[in-house]
This record gives sequence, structure tokens and C-alpha cells, in this order.
Amino acid sequence: MSATSPLSAADTENPLVEGLERLPVHPTALVIFGATGDLAHRKLLPALYNLAHEGQLPERFEVIGVGRRTHEDEEFRDTLVDSIERFSRRRPDSNVMEGLLNEARYVQGSFDDDQIYSELVRALDEFDQSAGRPLDRVFYLSTAPEFFPLIAGKLGAVGLNHADRSSVRIVIEKPFGYDLASARTLNAQLLEVFEEHQIFRIDHYLGKETVQNLMAMRFANALFEPVWNRNYIDHVQITAAEDIGIGGRAGYYEHAGALRDLVQNHMLQLLARLTMEPPTAFDADRLRDEKLKVLEAIVPPSVDEVESMAVRAQYAPGVVGGVEVPGYREEEGVARYSRTETYAALRLHVSNWRWAGVPFYLRTGKRLSRKLTEIAVILKQIPHVALQSSGSVGIQANQLVFTVQPDEGVSVSIGAKIPGTRMRIRPVNMEFRYGTSFLSESPEAYERLILDAMRGDATLFTRNDEIEALWGIIDPILEAWAHDKSSTIPQYESGTLGPREANALLEPGQMWRRL
Amino acid sequence: MSEDIWAAQDTHPDAIEAALRELLRERHAANEALAPARVLNLIVVVDREWKGEIANRLERAGRYHASRTVLCAVEEGRKTLDAVATVSYDEPKGSALGVMHESVEIDLGTEHLHALQTICDPVLVSEIPTVVWSPHGHPEAVDALCPLMDVMLLDSDDIDDAVEAFARAERLRKHAYIVDLAWLRTTPWRERLAATFDLPERLATLREIEELEIRHRETSLASALLLAGWLSSRMHWDHSHLRLWDGRVARNGHATNGGVVVSLYIAEQEAPGLAGVTVACADGSSLSLQRGQGGLDAEERTAEGDTHAWKILGASRGEGGILGEGIRQALLRDSTYLPALQAARELCPA
Repeated sequence: MSATSPLSAADTENPLVEGLERLPVHPTALVIFGATGDLAHRKLLPALYNLAHEGQLPERFEVIGVGRRTHEDEEFRDTLVDSIERFSRRRPDSNVMEGLLNEARYVQGSFDDDQIYSELVRALDEFDQSAGRPLDRVFYLSTAPEFFPLIAGKLGAVGLNHADRSSVRIVIEKPFGYDLASARTLNAQLLEVFEEHQIFRIDHYLGKETVQNLMAMRFANALFEPVWNRNYIDHVQITAAEDIGIGGRAGYYEHAGALRDLVQNHMLQLLARLTMEPPTAFDADRLRDEKLKVLEAIVPPSVDEVESMAVRAQYAPGVVGGVEVPGYREEEGVARYSRTETYAALRLHVSNWRWAGVPFYLRTGKRLSRKLTEIAVILKQIPHVALQSSGSVGIQANQLVFTVQPDEGVSVSIGAKIPGTRMRIRPVNMEFRYGTSFLSESPEAYERLILDAMRGDATLFTRNDEIEALWGIIDPILEAWAHDKSSTIPQYESGTLGPREANALLEPGQMWRRL
Repeated sequence: MSEDIWAAQDTHPDAIEAALRELLRERHAANEALAPARVLNLIVVVDREWKGEIANRLERAGRYHASRTVLCAVEEGRKTLDAVATVSYDEPKGSALGVMHESVEIDLGTEHLHALQTICDPVLVSEIPTVVWSPHGHPEAVDALCPLMDVMLLDSDDIDDAVEAFARAERLRKHAYIVDLAWLRTTPWRERLAATFDLPERLATLREIEELEIRHRETSLASALLLAGWLSSRMHWDHSHLRLWDGRVARNGHATNGGVVVSLYIAEQEAPGLAGVTVACADGSSLSLQRGQGGLDAEERTAEGDTHAWKILGASRGEGGILGEGIRQALLRDSTYLPALQAARELCPA
């Protein structure tokens, strides 16, 4: 056999990658700040385990946890084992688990302690020595947001923000900022230490299959594009409903509220993907360029306009799933006269040629009747009804519904004739469900996102200008609500569809979809 | 899991299809949240005496099961068709949708095989792909099903003689897309080698590979040859034939033409497939991957003579997993299999 044969296209391309479903990931050391926190235990560590189980982790992979709780390495590993056993989507293989966690290290200290960063330098160098090569480094900030600039600064101070022969990336959890000004400040602080291409701002909704499927539906089918505009679409409803309360998260939620928690990030990202123009190529920057364009076409309301385009409310005592539950103000840690909203509904407009005049309704709330995240595109009614006949529910507007959770899929409702001698029409649904159509189990969003961050693929992460555009839309609403201390916050009974006040946002003839 | 069942002796395909339609209609009427899965059809042709074993294998394929499975159980001397049609489902909870899967077992005789298409076609769901799997051979049945099949699921490791196995795949690929379980057994190794050589300092050494050693279970020669064929085709190596071929299995075979030496070794291992791979380069560096507990045991020797050993994590899928993966792959397309197959054929004696 001859060994001097041409490689494909360029010498820098890896000819072995073609045809593979799983793309290579370079050897990586992952440092999780906040490793003893809820997110790390419920999401990050189980995601890492599942990646390890499927052989998707790089050939060399090391984990360092950083936290304030006191743990020895062994004790830390035990907590990880427990989390993986409780929250992994598959039953763990003991050999894989042991391999993943055997060398896991724990660095204890407060995030402003220089000592922990010195220890990180030492540990990361040891990993490099052991591997015989420099590992890529990913710093995952799963901490309270006030620590983001501090940690980034400290990493820069010890030179961990760059490496000569490997890549360094920093992953920032949400919330990214508290408002537009703080988001700009945080961006500026991070960019003093890291370059934009090193910064991965997580929105885990972007890792969900159905959210990515929005791209496929819109841009891989000729069927939808002709009607994807103001001429055919009457309005859009984007719903992120939860049936749970705040749990033990009053400390975070009291300062956040529904608008910051879900609207500013997840829901506006869904809106952007729904309304953006097709990118010329499916790479991170061109995709994000198109999202930015459409976000900038959403004119933020003036403070005076907020009252007519936004509604907030809090959940009151009620019954959810047959169980009596307390109201928000009775939850532990919540102020007795708290004005934090647990429900928010908005009416937005995208002011461009494609969408002018189409209202986009966003609603989110806790302790609603059920858990559901969906995007419903409601088309206009047909212009002339010749088929109407008594004895049927009649002709209803077509709807295209993307269900993000709990049951990922897409449904199209169309009018069909009821069998019989008379022309009677009722709506029927054509359903596509991920579980029934692809024989695959959707990976957890975090598995995809962690892998992409390690590979340096920013397609599913938010760019700095994008995040500021998202905050720009929300900021006037936050400001208006912060200044309005006189009006009462509407209350809605837990286990219902939310406050009646939200109906005022809708145009005549429109109705909120049932959850 | 609940089941609705229909059975008949001396029946015909139209009756089977009508029965299935009625079972689906009744079950959907009883619970509108149940809908039939519509992904792919799977036709399986087996020897009747072993149909239970195949049914078990299909069950262990787990979530990667077909929407409608038609199991044709062949029995010498049988003149009539007996059939059992089953609709399986789990009652959905709450407002969730539930999915129904359908299976048909048809007992038939060898005399039916030449016209098997006329028996299966009426029973298949239209507008979705049809996969054919014939683990016990029955080439006549496979030939008869050619007009129906979109995908042929086969296992080149099933045939002792790799030459014959590859010739079969080559012949069938003219009629359908091939999913070869022997090829799928190489997937983790291909992914791992691709990732290994993705590092810039190793990418440069891809062109300098001098030796490729593959260790395989005795019954997995085809998988080993396909892995060698893959690397060879991706790197555009010239080919020569393996030596030390005893007519059925290449034992400790070597191929060399002044360039890359490809060696195959039989390894004692319980799991089907490959046991290990070693790649050695002209600069003296080498990388060895060996199947171990909880993943692959890796050992690297640098050009300077330093060695490093570590574990690459991954759980074994097991053979039940490979069949399910084969069914899943029927929906995808891998353009690298055919060049690997052709290169693997060239490695074998003429």
C-alpha cells in the first residue's frame, strides 16, 4: 500500500470525519464553578455522564469542581455519583461512572479567593502533563450572576483566559445581566478578559430539538415559506407555562420575576427563530446576524405604552394536580407584599416588511394549569365561507403548533369534512412527534450544549449584541413596572390559565389558546 | 404494554391488512390519544424453527423498533399462510399521545418465497421506507422482495467467508441502500480514530501511517476488514491482498506493498466485533485502542518514545443495541460505507 496519497481538499481538513454522526471533540478539562449547586447536580453532571456513556466525550476529559462548600475530592465524587444516579436519563454503567469521576477534583473556596485560581492553574497543568499535551479548557460558570465578572477577572489575572496551544472558552449561565445596562456592563467586563469567540452564553432552550427543528421546518420545506408573513398569519402565541411554583428559589426569583426568568431569554429566542430571515449559511455568526436583525425590528415600548402591551400577575392559592398549593406571597422567602410577577404576558410587533401588523403574544407563568411550552402560529380565516353548514363546529383558522415541551413535536390543524351526507367541517390535527418519527431519543439540551461548547461551535449560544438586543426589548417594561408601586398586582388562582387581565392584550376575535 | 391480536389460518394478505386496519381503528376509537407509528416497515424472513429467537432480538432492539414488522417464518412443505397480527401500545398518561406498533407473523412455505413480494406488499404501510432483514439467508426471498425494499439490513459478519459476504452486499446495493451491522460495529472505532486524528499535531501524521493492526473476534472478520477498508478509502491507499488466507478466515493476515502494512489478528473476546486497533506512523509514534471495561484503553507512544496510557469512556451497546442501531440507520445515509466496502473487497484474495 502506498502511504503518500493525497488527502481531501485541504491538508487541515480531517478526511476521517465525513459520514460520522458524532464530530470530534478535542481533549478538554472542564472547570465547573458552582459545582455543588442545583444546576450542576441536576443537569450538568448527568449530561456529562450521558455523554461519557455514549462515548462522546473527548479521549481525554477531566473535571474540576469549584465551590464554597467544604468537600474532599472523594466526598465530592460521591455527591456527583449520587446526582448522576438520581438525574441521569439512563441507568449509569458503574465502569463508565468510575472512569468519569475517578480523577475529578474539587477546589474549595469563595470565588474571590485568589488561592482557588492558583490551585486551578496547578491542577490544569497537572492534567496537561498527565495527558502529554495541553487540554482545551472550558470554564463553566454555574453560579449566581454576581460572580460572573469576578470569576472572569480572576481567571484573567492568573492567565487562564488564554493558552498558547489549546483553546480556552468560558460558558456563562443565564441570567446574563439584570437589565440592559447590567448586560452591557457584564459584556464589557467579560470582553476585557476574553474575546467574543471564547464566550458562550447559554440559553438551554436553544439546545432543544424542537427549537432547532424550527429551522428545519422553515428552511427545509417549500410548504411554509409562502405563508410565513403578514398576509397569511393572523397572530402568534408563544407560551411557556409551568405548573410548579418557585420551589425553594425565592432568593433568586424575588429579584428576577417571570419577565427576566423566561421572557427575556427563552421566549424572545423562540420569537427570533420564528421570525428571522433565512441565513445564507448555517454557521454561528450568520445565523445570529439574522436573529439580531429581527430583534432590532421589535421596537421597544415607551414606558407609557407598557400598560397597554404588558400584563403581570402573581399566583394566588389554588389547586394544582389535585393538591392545594399556597400563593406566591405565602411561599418561604417571599416578602409579604412582594411585587414580583410570577406571570407575564406581552404583545409585541416586529416592524419589518414581512411581519408588520402581526401581533406576537408571549405569556409565561408559574402555577398554571399545566406545563407546556409551545409556539402557535394562527393563520387568518379564509376570506369566504361557502362550506359552512349546521351541525359542525365550523371552519377554524389553520394552526401550526410547535410543542417544545413536554411532548416535542409539530402539529398542523386543518379543516376536514365529517363523514356523512352533509358538508360539515371540523378541525383535525396532523401530528409529528419526535418519539414516533425518528426512532431516536432526543438528547438532553445540556448534553448538546456542553458538547458544542467543547467543540467551539457557538451556533446555539447567544452573542453579545444579541443579548443586548434582547434586553433592549424588555428594559422599558422592567422600568415601568419598577416605578409603578401604586397599582395592585393582579392575582390569579393557581391551577388556572392565568389572570383575566391578559385577555385585554388580544385583538377582537382572538383568544388565548387553552393550555 | 397491551396488545390487540387477530389470528387466522389459511388466510391471505388482504385479510391480514384488513384485520390490522380494523385493530387500529378499534383501538384508536377506544382511545383517540393512540396513534399508529409511521416511520418504517420491517420485513424479516426467518426459518420458522428460529422465529422465537429473532422475535426476542427484535424486542431487545428497544426503542428503535419498526412501525410495522412483517415476520415471514419459512417452513419446508407448508402450503398455506397462517397469520397473527398484533397491535401493541402503552396507554398514554394524561394528555400525552400514545403510539401503536404493529406486527404480523406469517407462517409460509418455501414455495411461497419466489412470490414473497405479493404476500408482503399488501401488508406494508405505504409512503414509508421498507427495510428487509433476512438473517437466515433465504436469497430467493430477498430477490423477490427487491422491488419493495428501500433498505437491506444485513450482517457481513454472519457469513464466514468475508469474500462471499462482501459480494452479497455489493450485489444487493444495486437494489437498495445497505445497512451492514458489521459496518456499524466499526462506528465507535471510526469515531474514535477520527477524533484522535483531529488534533492538529496528529492530523499531520495521517499521511504517514505505516502500520494498521486490527484485533477482532474470530467471527467478526468482516468488521475488521471494513474498518481497514474505511481507513484505506479515506486515505486513498493503494490496495494489495491479505496473505495467509486459509480460504475462509484470514488468520493473522498481512498485506503490504512497500507502504502501509495491514494486519488482522484474532482476539479472544465474548462480544462480537472489534477488540482493538493500533496505528503506527513513520515517525515512530503509535496509538493503540483496546476494548476494556467502561470504554477503550488507550496507549500512545510519541515519536520521542514517551508513552501515555489512559481510558476513553464509553459503554458497550451490546448486540441488542446493534440491531436497533441498524434499524435507526435505515433512515440515514452514510456515504462512506460503499468506498470502505470496495476497499475491503480489494484487501481480500481475488
